Amino acid sequence: MKTLLTKMNNEMKILSLILLLTFALMSVLSPSHFLRLETFQGMAFQLPELGLLSLAMMITMLTGGINLSIIATANISAIFSAMILVANVNPDVPASGDAGFIILAILTALAVSAVIGLFNGVLISIINIPPILATLGTMKLLQGLAFIITKGYVISGMPNAIRFIGNGTIAAVPFPLLIFALFAAIMSVYLNHTSTGFNIFMYGSNPIASFFSGTSNTKVIIQTYVMSGLYCGAAALVMMSRFNSAKAGYGESYLLVTILAAVLGGVKSEGGFGQVSGLVLSLVILQIISNGLNLLGVSSFMTIAIWGLIMIAAMVIHFLVEKRTRLKLSRMS
Amino acid sequence: MKKLLKHHETYLVIIIVILSAVITSRNANFFTAENMFDLLKSNSFYGIMAIGVLFVLISGGIDISFPATATVAEYIMAVVIINMGGNIVVAVLIAVVVGSILGFVNGLLVYNFRIPSIITTIATMNIYYGLLTFITGGKWIYSLPDWFRSFAQIRLLTFYNADGAAYGLSIVTFIWLLVVLAAVFILRFTLLGRGIYAAGGDRKAAVRAGINVFFTETFVYTFMGFLAGLAGVVQALLVQTVAPNSIVGKELDVIAMVVLGGASLAGGKGSVTGTLLGVALLAILQNGLTLMAVPPVWYEFFVGVVILVSIGFSSLQAKKKSGNTSVIELSLEEAAE
Repeated sequence: MKTLLTKMNNEMKILSLILLLTFALMSVLSPSHFLRLETFQGMAFQLPELGLLSLAMMITMLTGGINLSIIATANISAIFSAMILVANVNPDVPASGDAGFIILAILTALAVSAVIGLFNGVLISIINIPPILATLGTMKLLQGLAFIITKGYVISGMPNAIRFIGNGTIAAVPFPLLIFALFAAIMSVYLNHTSTGFNIFMYGSNPIASFFSGTSNTKVIIQTYVMSGLYCGAAALVMMSRFNSAKAGYGESYLLVTILAAVLGGVKSEGGFGQVSGLVLSLVILQIISNGLNLLGVSSFMTIAIWGLIMIAAMVIHFLVEKRTRLKLSRMS
Repeated sequence: MKKLLKHHETYLVIIIVILSAVITSRNANFFTAENMFDLLKSNSFYGIMAIGVLFVLISGGIDISFPATATVAEYIMAVVIINMGGNIVVAVLIAVVVGSILGFVNGLLVYNFRIPSIITTIATMNIYYGLLTFITGGKWIYSLPDWFRSFAQIRLLTFYNADGAAYGLSIVTFIWLLVVLAAVFILRFTLLGRGIYAAGGDRKAAVRAGINVFFTETFVYTFMGFLAGLAGVVQALLVQTVAPNSIVGKELDVIAMVVLGGASLAGGKGSVTGTLLGVALLAILQNGLTLMAVPPVWYEFFVGVVILVSIGFSSLQAKKKSGNTSVIELSLEEAAE
């Protein structure tokens, strides 16, 4: 337990250091553009949707799984929700029944995504399909379904209340950032202070031990994927609001970035390790880098390549640090 | 285990036969030699990459970067043959060398730093693809040389249909066939092939048995890169244009084909026959949907259904067989991964 603690601290230290370095680098390279309130506000509006999706990815990675269907889940939830809104609420003519439909739409997005999560969980735990394939299948299924429902068209025209979710501010703080902070806090509490969270970590580090300790592995997996689904639903609402529309195929490039964010934040893809705080730090680092490179006029494709390099660098550093700790431990004993 | 594998393949054949019967009953054009040769030609690109993925999966890894590798190899090949001339041998050589180098980098990263292969290859995919699009500006290449164009038209066997139009066994299909034969040879009859199975089945046992895991591991990723490069040339031959974004995004489709063919993500399992059947299943599905005039938007949906149903079925069988101990076996497999 003690080694575990020091390791977590190390990770946070490294991440904080990288964060400071990137921040300092951007401030030096482009002080006039980077050090402005608008830049930070812009970042605060962009971060939440990626952040919520990364949380959805992270919780499945903690169990040693993966969820490739997060983007497709978010899109299909947004499409169902948007269809309810467009059919019943006219954004230009406020009516008394609007509030009811808006709440219904929000609940629909969350319910659809939770059902999809349940579906993934059942496929993985009861039918026994490896997570990467189960969620790949679900991803294809949902992408197809989204195209079939929308015929590839955009469903647009959201009422103001919905638009506020992604674009509003409360005392100069972007509302989506508040949503993200809330969901990140909930996830952190869920993972660290509930028995399900404990079981998720235990299953991730050793499913056999978890099985023999009397935990229902099936239940743990289903809870994990339902939770992952719910976070996709939350991301769906933010995305739908920011784009003022829903469509099949929005944000597909996010899929690999969420894995990058999780890995950079110290989540182990074999499962069992990872903290929300690490993920949040890595998200901020990635956001600063992508915004900074954008301000410097670097092509977005170059940014993609740089993200790949960072990912490898992070893994190599991990490997070296771990090797050193292992050496130290073996010397001590 | 062999019995199970056999079961899986017979089961795939049954699905393919039923699917073919349904399609033929709706559109008789499906079950004609012309359509079959056409399918063999247009799917050789997927077929070649699927063989590479099979090797990586057997070794217990996964590769996401191969479409990016194929694109880079294809693009460099096109630029060189347009600016410096050459012939088809030069073109293929350039592509496979570039592909092999990129694959080798993956292998080194996976072996030396023990980075999970999925993370490594997602990262290198971003690097390869990002740099390519950055350097080329995403420009398409249309003006491939005439000899390149005419090579793609070569047929080893030629038949004529009722209207007098020629069809037959394309040279591209022949390249695929060579790859398949090479793959069977390596996996069945060489120490290397057995080593790949052994390392994928149980890495520690393989190391203790004296298998050079460094060699098998770098080999599978390099071979994947080699085949990705070759597939890049085949793609250029088939469509006669080179677009930086035309292949990227196909990685999960190809992996799905191989896994449908019975390869396990935990490693140690998989066969060339199964892989070919997996490719055939998805190819026939797509072709059939087109022939039955189903709108293309349904394709993705059906692919999802097919993946979940057929993999779900075999996973459920495996679980039933092992009864309640399945949780242990499953996690042992995961541990081996």
